[in-house]
Amino acid sequence: MYRIDFNKLRFLVSDDNPHMRRILRTLLHSFGAREVYEAEDGATALEMFSHYVPDIVITDWAMPIFDGLELAQMIRQPDANGNPYAPIIMLTGHSEKRRVTLARDAGVTEFLAKPISAKGLHQRIMNVVTNPRPFIKTKNYFGPDRRRNVNSSYVGPERRTGNKADIMQQPSLMDKARMPG
Amino acid sequence: MAKPKPPAPHVQAYADHHVITQPNPLRHAVQYVEDKDADDPVARAEQALADLSGEFDNWMQAECNRLAAAYDTIVKAGFTPAARDELFRAAHDIKGDAATFGYAAAGAAADSLCRIIEHAPDIATVPADLIAHHVQAIQAIVREQTNIDRIGVAETLSAHLRGVADDYLKAVNHDRPEHLEAILAPSIVPGE
Repeated sequence: MYRIDFNKLRFLVSDDNPHMRRILRTLLHSFGAREVYEAEDGATALEMFSHYVPDIVITDWAMPIFDGLELAQMIRQPDANGNPYAPIIMLTGHSEKRRVTLARDAGVTEFLAKPISAKGLHQRIMNVVTNPRPFIKTKNYFGPDRRRNVNSSYVGPERRTGNKADIMQQPSLMDKARMPG
Repeated sequence: MAKPKPPAPHVQAYADHHVITQPNPLRHAVQYVEDKDADDPVARAEQALADLSGEFDNWMQAECNRLAAAYDTIVKAGFTPAARDELFRAAHDIKGDAATFGYAAAGAAADSLCRIIEHAPDIATVPADLIAHHVQAIQAIVREQTNIDRIGVAETLSAHLRGVADDYLKAVNHDRPEHLEAILAPSIVPGE
């Protein structure tokens, strides 16, 4: 079976609530992570993102100075310093579908609604590590492909012009690893 | 720790978009292990959280104190933008944290308060009792947890507050369809 060696991953946790940061640190260390950097607002998180170049960002939404949504938008600048492809997990008390759509359109990779659970967090990290999605760059979006599935029953207009690349499915790393040869 | 250099991305250009694919930069963190050698990181983390739970009552009380302070500021000085934001953030943190700390009913009441702050057309015109009752209920649920939670009073109180708040929000947003849709939409959190 496959597992993640958390010891090889560098995390940036951004949350203004010290209790939630402590919980996240506890969970990540329990998973095996050693490098966990913490920021208490969006501005500090962006500075730490550029400095430490984390593999995975876990951010709250509601934070002072600028929030998690703005942080995601700033990270997802294709020509910026740092790694604009870094997976971003939005961990938030917001639990409305509208918020998920906003987060997705800001380039967030995974969404995890509080209350937090060890299983939910592990699952999201597992997903971003083993199932990276291709990135899409358009006039007004840069981020992970927002189409996770091909919907064969979809009857609306095709909004992406192009040919076969409109189908963005990518086998997961797990699937690739299981393939013979 | 030195990190491996990320592989160069492969870019496919189309009429109105680019598709950028790169070999998985985090592949180095995926390992194959024999089933017999597999540990359970989730169980380990749950145990660590349980070990931390001795702190939760104090943390919940601190969150409650923050909410009370934010509310006191509003009572004394009215709804300034900063005071409104602080009340929302304090309630929002309780909404997110309370269930983890063992106070799920307080989290539900805080969620209801967040909805009022977020969806009331003018927070200054919200009946003062509606906000006061939410703040007081959250404090009471946390303070009296051991006494009232056993008989389901906390859940009943939170559910009642949510009902009253939703009735108010539906009435004041009857001509604001985007807010009405958000108020009536089901939560994405199972069981909420």
